[in-house]
Amino acid sequence: MAALNIQKGASSHSAYDLRDPNAQTIESHTLAVLVENEPGVLARVIGLFSGRGYNIDSLTVAEVDHLGHRSRITIVTRGTPAVIEQIKAQLGRIVPVHEVHDLTVEGPSVERELGLFKVTSKGDKRVEALRIAEIFRASVVDSTLESFVFEITGTPEKLDAFADLMRPLGLSDQARTGVAALARGG
Amino acid sequence: MSREMTGARMVIEALRDQGVDTVFGYPGGAVLPIYDEIFQQNDIKHILVRHEQGAVHMAEGYARSTGKPGVVLVTSGPGATNAVTGLTDALMDSIPLVVLTGQVPTFLIGTDGFQEADTIGITRPCTKHNWLVKETDELAATIHKAFHIATSGRPGPVLIDIPKDVQFATGDYVGPKQIETPSYQPAKKGDLATITRLVELMETAERPILYTGGGVINSGTGASQLLRELADATGFPVTSTLMGLGAYPASGKGWIGMLGMHGLYEANMAMHDCDLMIAVGARFDDRITGRVADFSPGSVKAQIDIDPSSINKVIHVDLPIVGDVGHVLEDMLKVWKARGRKTNAAAVQKWWVQIEQWKARNCLAYRNSDKVIKPQHALQRLQALTAGRNPYITTEVGQHQMWAAQFLHFEDPHHWMTSGGLGTMGYGLPASIGVQVAHPEALVINVAGEASWLMNMQEMGTAVQFRAPVKQFILNNERLGMVRQWQQLLHGERYSQSWSESLPDFVKLAEAFGCGGRTVADPADLDAAIQEMIDYDGPFILDVLVEKHENCFPMIPSGKPHNEMLLGEASTEGAITGAGAALV
Ligand SMILES: Cc1ncc(C[n+]2csc(CCOP(=O)(O)OP(=O)(O)O)c2C)c(N)n1
Ligand SMILES: [Mg+2]
Repeated sequence: MAALNIQKGASSHSAYDLRDPNAQTIESHTLAVLVENEPGVLARVIGLFSGRGYNIDSLTVAEVDHLGHRSRITIVTRGTPAVIEQIKAQLGRIVPVHEVHDLTVEGPSVERELGLFKVTSKGDKRVEALRIAEIFRASVVDSTLESFVFEITGTPEKLDAFADLMRPLGLSDQARTGVAALARGG
Repeated sequence: MSREMTGARMVIEALRDQGVDTVFGYPGGAVLPIYDEIFQQNDIKHILVRHEQGAVHMAEGYARSTGKPGVVLVTSGPGATNAVTGLTDALMDSIPLVVLTGQVPTFLIGTDGFQEADTIGITRPCTKHNWLVKETDELAATIHKAFHIATSGRPGPVLIDIPKDVQFATGDYVGPKQIETPSYQPAKKGDLATITRLVELMETAERPILYTGGGVINSGTGASQLLRELADATGFPVTSTLMGLGAYPASGKGWIGMLGMHGLYEANMAMHDCDLMIAVGARFDDRITGRVADFSPGSVKAQIDIDPSSINKVIHVDLPIVGDVGHVLEDMLKVWKARGRKTNAAAVQKWWVQIEQWKARNCLAYRNSDKVIKPQHALQRLQALTAGRNPYITTEVGQHQMWAAQFLHFEDPHHWMTSGGLGTMGYGLPASIGVQVAHPEALVINVAGEASWLMNMQEMGTAVQFRAPVKQFILNNERLGMVRQWQQLLHGERYSQSWSESLPDFVKLAEAFGCGGRTVADPADLDAAIQEMIDYDGPFILDVLVEKHENCFPMIPSGKPHNEMLLGEASTEGAITGAGAALV
């Protein structure tokens, strides 16, 4: 099912929308925005969110088709169903935007984020940190006598859980990439 | 076939290929190579303005009165920043403009060079799209793309920033046919199934209304023609936003007047009570809806708009139709005719009886005077004395603008130019010049307030220089009248900074600019003064001294539903309270 894929200029995307338009519940949606890889395109997308007061919970961007000059921007955003629809329509208006996909409603998708976590500790805490890292299948990518840097890939929730456990064990710094997402299946 | 030439020459070549006959502009260091090319040709006329904001509003007036894109040429830095208000105005009102700005040479970009500004960054949110061209080879294609994007889909302003070294360098010129915009493919045709569903509803509707907006005008004169055909054939009443006046003629039998905050009682009541609302190129602006929760609570709503983001933005509609108004109206008519031209005539007849009752309230009534000129009366006389001339009207922003919308009658599209979405004081005078440049023989009148008019009055010099015989009809209440009205109704009659002190003598000002001028204060002299203005061979400033404390009614206070509108004789005491007072 690709019901809510807004073809740019399609004539009735909102007619497909069977959710209650007046619902006031706040939903989290992951949007994949395929754009022409040209200067300023990211600024246009971000400016849209700041200018119209929409939320960005996570944002990643990278070129995915070098020859075709396409980049993929993955945005995790929040809003009522009406606001989410408006965000998608506004994104579709940006001239260098080719396609807007709402992965949250288009069907099952996979979401992954990569995180680097520095844990600075000694003794028992250091041992415990290593043990938990193993459970999470995090790998050690740097170590000194007093610190580790763990690399972990997973859903944002998994990374959050890992950070929560590491906090009392000396978590001193972290860097996260933001979410990359793809629809499942062919 | 491609030809090699300098970037500056390419600009002229591309404008010529796009059929441009007029450019509104102002020179400076970063555009000198282009001005050098302008000097060496005669196909494109350059109107030298007095301020870049004026150039953009002129281009807007040109565009709105012709349906063609307006073209602006300004220099980098201050030239570009001065254009920002006009760009924002054009974006809000969906006016096609192509604005060319000079930029410091590419090797100086980012160094805080003299007259460098981040024009692309500054204008990104106030253009439909913009480009910085770094290679001369890409310049021609970019200009052609710019025209395509400005004029297609939902029209709007675009900007091309051209560094000076790109203007000097040579590159290959390509023609307009060779461009592609794969990521930009606006819809034209609406979904036929939805259109058919709408026609079904039209056949049974008891209280239908056509709510039309600027999108009808933007879709071209064909769309206005189709709207007239549809409205007259079905007998459905037609109301319009400020932006859509003229799409359906004021003399048409379906016309029930403008709606909205200062719209007519019958139009707003009909919107509130209708059972089928057909929005045609209108976007449910807050000036139209009033309190959203109470907006037309009992109606099924259909919306035709070329911009998907205009649909369900403010008001949820039941039948969204994304497409060009002209195409969709054509399909609607076809389907409606093919199904046997049915309407619920008996019910619609009853609906009209109700509308006539609302009309009988005579909501525009005002107390006239033989001592002082009432602004409404001045406009009625202007209407009467210009009726045969089919004048082009521009306005500034304020009470006079709303009175003009209420009291002048628009018979044709493209004859009414007003700053609707942004509400830009200072729009009307330059816009009137742009209109006049496009229609040299026509009668062009700017209905102005004295305060707004001062904001771009320097453009009177442009009018005189280019012999644009624009008529400046200033309703001078020596007040920022609309602000004063709100202060009276909302802020306990504390008139903070809302009067016009130290006004110039407008007749002497006219003399100083070298155009005609007259002041009129006595209602008995009004007709003669208006006639003098019309007959004068050249630009003219008519300073009409009007009642200073007149309020513009009807008025739906912010935050109130349509059926709680204030009428002229109604008590306004405590009319706007609490949450409503926080709205603009
Ligand atoms: C550039 C700009 N600044 C401020 C305003 C706010 N504003 C709206 S109407 C108005 C007063 C306009 O006065 P005038 O032009 O004399 O018209 P009147 O209302 O008296 O007819 C003002 C200040 C505006 N619309 N535009
Ligand atoms: Mg005034």
